Amino acid sequence: MSDAAAKPPVAGETPVSSIDLRHEFDAVEIAPVLEQLDRELIGLKPVKTRIREIASLLLVERIRQKMQLATTFPTLHMSFTGNPGTGKTTVAMRMAGILHKLGFVRRGHVISVTRDDLVGQYIGHTAPKTKEILKKAMGGVLFIDEAYYLYRPENERDYGQESIEILLQIMESQREDLVVILAGYGDRMEKFFQSNPGFRSRIAHHIDFPDYNDDELLFIAEQMLRDQNYSFSAQAREAFIRYIAARRTQPLFSNARSIRNALDRIRLRQANRLVSNLDRVVTSQDLMSIESSDVLASRVFSGGADRPRTSTGTP
Amino acid sequence: MRVTQGCFSFLPDLTDEQITAQVQYCLDKGWAVNIEFTDDPHPRNTYWEMWGLPMFDLRDAAGILKELNDCRRTYGDRYIRLSGFDATHGWESLRISFIVNRPKDEPGFRLLRQEVDGRSVRYTTVSYAVDRPEGSRYE
Repeated sequence: MSDAAAKPPVAGETPVSSIDLRHEFDAVEIAPVLEQLDRELIGLKPVKTRIREIASLLLVERIRQKMQLATTFPTLHMSFTGNPGTGKTTVAMRMAGILHKLGFVRRGHVISVTRDDLVGQYIGHTAPKTKEILKKAMGGVLFIDEAYYLYRPENERDYGQESIEILLQIMESQREDLVVILAGYGDRMEKFFQSNPGFRSRIAHHIDFPDYNDDELLFIAEQMLRDQNYSFSAQAREAFIRYIAARRTQPLFSNARSIRNALDRIRLRQANRLVSNLDRVVTSQDLMSIESSDVLASRVFSGGADRPRTSTGTP
Repeated sequence: MRVTQGCFSFLPDLTDEQITAQVQYCLDKGWAVNIEFTDDPHPRNTYWEMWGLPMFDLRDAAGILKELNDCRRTYGDRYIRLSGFDATHGWESLRISFIVNRPKDEPGFRLLRQEVDGRSVRYTTVSYAVDRPEGSRYE
């Protein structure tokens, strides 16, 4: 991280009349982050486009601040909506990096919270709890997962509303200190925003995460395996393609997370297969290779709903 | 009489920007920053009231500045100091403490001479401010 990246743009310096865009772009070192995002995140085209747009906007905004053309600090609060396992949390972590490199958040850390961390259990407990979290998130990104749980319309004495009010107030008054990212499943977030119009208007960027298609899921699976030094054999790969197609039609399908869980179980079966025959020498190839039998043993193929131990939420 | 306690107290009052920089230094060192206030300026008054809990696990000074400003809104007429507590083994004590807010008017101290045992004299200092009851000393 260069000094230029660390220093937030400050008003009060002498305005510059012209800036080398290329130089500025390189100085903030944002290209590697965007490239990494492209490389490591499979699919998600609209999301990547949107993030590029935001990054460009912020780069321009940064230059405008240097030229003293910008008068207000841009609103950076975001909302990520999409089905389970579409990479919302991962992108939020990257977003913090991008914002930090561009100097729009000072520290670039992410505080990831859910309702439990914000809402208290008795009267007078919520405000200090929420403020505590907000203080911790200052200078970074506050990521609120499944934000709609904050608002429980069925219980009018629910303390969530109090938390929401504090959040809204800080989101408005300390925009320079904190970026709030809300995440959750599309339809429920929509309801949440309908009942809390204050949130919608304070959030500048609504990004929708599309589902992965089968090819992308296979790609993700192979990448996950590669990271753990495993690989599919040719038949296993074929079997896994069929697995994805079958799994998709079954309940509780949560995109990449289902894939990760499936791979965990496949590794379990692979280990079991290896251990079942002790009287032999295993090679590293044996340890790395996943055979079709490991995949095909899945309950998904026997038609029964493969109930993975995933809740619908992010763990 | 200007009370000089803790760091920087012989310097002009710190601006918010300077306070932010000091707080950030503390946070970067991993110290927990506390906000304390009092209206009894006696140098032996070590334990001031705390504004909220010590703030552990913060990354950025903005959160502390926000608390400080809240504290100033309520107790703007008293002394407020920030302190940095180092919890690491072997230290477990305050590493820095500095005043960030003081009353507009500091009346200073009276020196009391108590004549005892022949020609001996005992000295003690009393703040003029504490002549009035707590809470209304700097109104």
